[in-house]
Amino acid sequence: MSETVRLDRVEEITLDRVRHVALLARLELGEEEAVRFSRELTGIMTHINKLGELDLEGVEPTSHAIPTANVFREDTARPGLSNDEGLANAPEKDEGCFKVPQII
Amino acid sequence: MEFEPVIGFEVHTELKTNSKVWCGCSTEFGAPPNTQVCPVCLGMPGSLPVLNRHAFDIALKVGLALNCSIPERTYFDRKNYYYPDLPKNYQISQQYEPLGRDGWFDIELPDGSCKRIEIDNLHLEEDAGKNIHPEGQMHVDYSLVDLNRAGTPLLEIVTRPDLRGKEEAEAFMRGMKAFLEYLGASDCKMQEGRLRFELNISVRPKGSDVLGQKVEVKNLNSMSVVLKCIDAEIERQSALLEQGGRVAQETRLWDEEKFETRSMRSKETAYDYRYFPDPDLVDVVIDNAMKERLAAEIPELPLARRARFVSQYGLSDYDARVLTAERQMAEYFESAVSVHNNPKTLANWMLGEMKSRLNEMGEDATADDFPVRPAALAELVRMIDDGSITGKIAKTVFPEMVASGKSPSAIVEEKGLKPLDDSALEPIVRKVMADNPKMVEDVRGGKKKAIGGLMGQIMRATQGKANPAVVTPMIERLIAESEG
Ligand SMILES: [Zn+2]
Repeated sequence: MSETVRLDRVEEITLDRVRHVALLARLELGEEEAVRFSRELTGIMTHINKLGELDLEGVEPTSHAIPTANVFREDTARPGLSNDEGLANAPEKDEGCFKVPQII
Repeated sequence: MEFEPVIGFEVHTELKTNSKVWCGCSTEFGAPPNTQVCPVCLGMPGSLPVLNRHAFDIALKVGLALNCSIPERTYFDRKNYYYPDLPKNYQISQQYEPLGRDGWFDIELPDGSCKRIEIDNLHLEEDAGKNIHPEGQMHVDYSLVDLNRAGTPLLEIVTRPDLRGKEEAEAFMRGMKAFLEYLGASDCKMQEGRLRFELNISVRPKGSDVLGQKVEVKNLNSMSVVLKCIDAEIERQSALLEQGGRVAQETRLWDEEKFETRSMRSKETAYDYRYFPDPDLVDVVIDNAMKERLAAEIPELPLARRARFVSQYGLSDYDARVLTAERQMAEYFESAVSVHNNPKTLANWMLGEMKSRLNEMGEDATADDFPVRPAALAELVRMIDDGSITGKIAKTVFPEMVASGKSPSAIVEEKGLKPLDDSALEPIVRKVMADNPKMVEDVRGGKKKAIGGLMGQIMRATQGKANPAVVTPMIERLIAESEG
């Protein structure tokens, strides 16, 4: 897997990296915030890196705690939420739709 | 310098299921906005997806029919990006272990030759919602989002860049559409977005075997637009290279008004999808029993059916090709032939009258939507064959059938369109002969063509209710009698 953060070394979350992730997450960060996140995220990563100290020799990587496979649901349509319920938490709505800033 | 295009496709098709891929919301097209939604497809916290068995089966069946190698275990990954039509902020897709790899798909070119297009991979994912841009209002600074479509099962088929021009691209798109319809994988209605083609296109000097920098083009909503776009991109990219420039690696959008593509992603929208396995879904283990069950469901595919139509029904290759281009058309034909065994005449009616009326019904209309059902068309042809009506009358009955949905015999009965019997016909024939002594003289003198002139007059006088097979011997008999 390509972009997994490796856990066997401490990695500094640089200012550039913070800005990149902020861009991907569509977050607007001020200069001060970026500096703070760089410091805090580096701290968090250092903490998480403790996991790298475990001896995982012979343990297969997995994304699940329980080995289960082939869980399906049958292809039956059933009613979901009403339009009102679906939009209940929308900050803004119009014509039965979620209203968002203009997409170009 | 002469350039040649190198083209690959990403085919996106919404699978024909009742419910969405991770939840039970309906996939029906055209419902009012946000009425086919639930916590799962709205991406609400705490909701969990569960895979739709039928969607998985269809996807696997397509993989098998595309001759892909199928992994023993497959799983789903999250593709992370932020867009208003994607409520979870990630799309569930397959990046690391797709459902199929390294397959192939044969297309048939207009000259009758075949070309094998390699399939890089095929994977199952979910469709996004729809962004609506309010039109006709001034100073609009917002968009509206309808999430009915979000979570509809979507199959992506990625080809290798094996296509070399518009002709091949068109053959590929038509072939792929027919293939997906035959499999029952999708209804392929392009106007509803059920089938979408994205283009990868580069150009290179003719004869070169080096690949140029490819450009991805999106927003191509019909086959004719794809073909226009290929022309536009060949022109744009060739011009760039000829001026010593370079083609940028980018995604471009087709602009339907300007007939050209424009750049879509800029630095601000740089993407980095950070794929990782979705922990909310479990793996799917694909065993031989599963593959065998689905392989057994693969029906006769278009090229095979076309060959059979030629050998079994004696149709011309052209007729067989047109009849099998769409599954619904081919099924309609076989169902009509099973009622009245006259394949050639049925094919003529379908390819003539029926097809032109279907075209009027819209781009997505299929034989299934046609108001005249196969048994009714078969009855019409049977009535011509057994002399109950003339071919000319049949041409006036058919539009009535289309308009009213009534059976041909009911229409013939109602409108009194039965051919005239001999006793009603004879006085008319006598009168036409008396009025046209010159023609009668010509027939007597051995001019076969002159009979056609009399026939035309008789048809006019009877409003088409004279059966030519009866009229011809009657004229001959009356001439013989007048001589005697
Ligand atoms: Zn749902």
